[in-house]
Amino acid sequence: MSTKPMIDRYKWYEVVGIYAGIALFLFFVLAPFIEGFMVSLKPLSALFSSPYSFWPKNGSLTAYFTMWESVPGFWRYIANSLFISSVATIVVLILVVPAAYAFARFPFPGRGPLLGAFLAVNMFSGAVLLIPLFRLMRSLGLLNTYFAMIVPGVAFLIPTAIWLLRTYMMRIPRELDEAAWVDGASRLYTLRRVILPIAMPGIIVVAITTFIGAYAQQFIFALTFNSKTEFMPLPIGLFAYFGRQEVVWNELMAASFVGITPVLILIVFLQRYLVAGLTAGAVKQ
Amino acid sequence: MTGSRNTSLFALALLAPALLYIIGIVAYPLVDTVNLSFTNAALRPTYDWVGGENYQKIFRANFEQVIIRTFIWTFFSVLLKMVIGTLGAVMLNAAVPGRALFRILTMPPWIVPMAIGIFMWGWMYNGQFGMISGLLQNFGLVDGPVAWLAYGNTAFWATIVTDVWIGVPLVTIYLLAAMQSIPRDLYEAAWTDGAGRLYRFRRITLPMIIPALVTMSMLSLIATFNSFDIIWILTRGGPSGSTTTMIIDTYRVAIGSYKYGEGAARAVMICIFLSLFCLAYFRVVGKINTGEKA
Repeated sequence: MSTKPMIDRYKWYEVVGIYAGIALFLFFVLAPFIEGFMVSLKPLSALFSSPYSFWPKNGSLTAYFTMWESVPGFWRYIANSLFISSVATIVVLILVVPAAYAFARFPFPGRGPLLGAFLAVNMFSGAVLLIPLFRLMRSLGLLNTYFAMIVPGVAFLIPTAIWLLRTYMMRIPRELDEAAWVDGASRLYTLRRVILPIAMPGIIVVAITTFIGAYAQQFIFALTFNSKTEFMPLPIGLFAYFGRQEVVWNELMAASFVGITPVLILIVFLQRYLVAGLTAGAVKQ
Repeated sequence: MTGSRNTSLFALALLAPALLYIIGIVAYPLVDTVNLSFTNAALRPTYDWVGGENYQKIFRANFEQVIIRTFIWTFFSVLLKMVIGTLGAVMLNAAVPGRALFRILTMPPWIVPMAIGIFMWGWMYNGQFGMISGLLQNFGLVDGPVAWLAYGNTAFWATIVTDVWIGVPLVTIYLLAAMQSIPRDLYEAAWTDGAGRLYRFRRITLPMIIPALVTMSMLSLIATFNSFDIIWILTRGGPSGSTTTMIIDTYRVAIGSYKYGEGAARAVMICIFLSLFCLAYFRVVGKINTGEKA
């Protein structure tokens, strides 16, 4: 306390006010997760009894064990979600690494408008383009395959990834390219052997943010372009259960928690990078 | 580097894969949408040019009501995101122990699969078993169970609240970053002059985060206007159309009823609004940036 600069000292009622405000704010942000977790602990009979009780009476982790039998194919949904996100991330990286390098390094005619055009993709959601995309997927024969979810998903992940990686690559000193060029290295060789290794931390950050984006946004394409249970990602797999009468809510909430755990773990370790990625996503030159 | 023409060609070659991908998956569908909006395309393989008939049809179907509803929905959602996000950022910016942890705890709604967060809201809104109705009853604030998604009015606000919940982390963290980039000397100088906390917020923090606030409102406006998952999962546009926004209406007509032509006409209307927002965005953000440089 004593080492704090005077300006950062708060009176006791200010501290109380700040913590109360933060508590209220975090309650709003976390309430659905808290409630979802409580539901996953309650036995079914307690879930549907009134009056409402927030704390689970004789709560247990039973639902986390029984759900594997009562939600058939649950493993499959999680695996599908991870698979779709992984393939989408790889495709995005293949497309975005050279493009970001081009935008970061070479002054070619039309560079500004082209970058603007890429970013403008962010303004459309998949929902607006659903009809022609549906026809496109059908004529390519991709309906009811993994690709029906991956191919359109990738397009909407490209803009932010380009922007992020371009920003990172602009910080790599130009002298490195020029030195390689003087030594007679071809441009492609320079990209592969000089730029890629240096840009690797940036590429990894972009890969992670892209993966999280791909994992978070699985809904509308999967809902519309795929009707096969064996290809469904987790959100759609669970959505199918939510409409039914005999929903086993505690198990579904447990399933939801298992599904979101991978990204929750990622937040703890990577929040610094995520913040950088998120703030770069907004166009700010 | 040598050879500017050569360089340009190399740069375009590097760009080509990403560019072709976007042309195929975004630009071509966009053109196709406009094209389809003038036809009577449906499930059958062939279709005819019908001129502006689809546009006349959608306005006969009271589409302007849907447009107005979409704007009200979007307006309140963006407004609440900005207000709550600013308050959240101010509190997380306070130099109190634990703020690093609080910042992490802000992120889950943004990062977790959107649909799963919405499922949890669906349970919370449930009248008989959900948390909101349950707690209100326990505290004696309402007499009986309130099924939030069963009535037009409450469903409208319930979907807004969920949309705000998903958008708030991004706004908060973005504004927090803007606040942390304000030079400390400013505060110290004001503090030496005896300026109070509220005064410093009004005269230093707020003016300095205005560019970030404007940028975020515009981005949030575009995202909110496009919002689909929340409404579709919670209400599917109901009860009796009270949460049917333009996107939901488009989806129901095009995918639900297989009327591709009429759906495309709706999608074109959405694109026109989005383009206007986008234009305004580049205008405003451009102005802020040149203003900063001057």
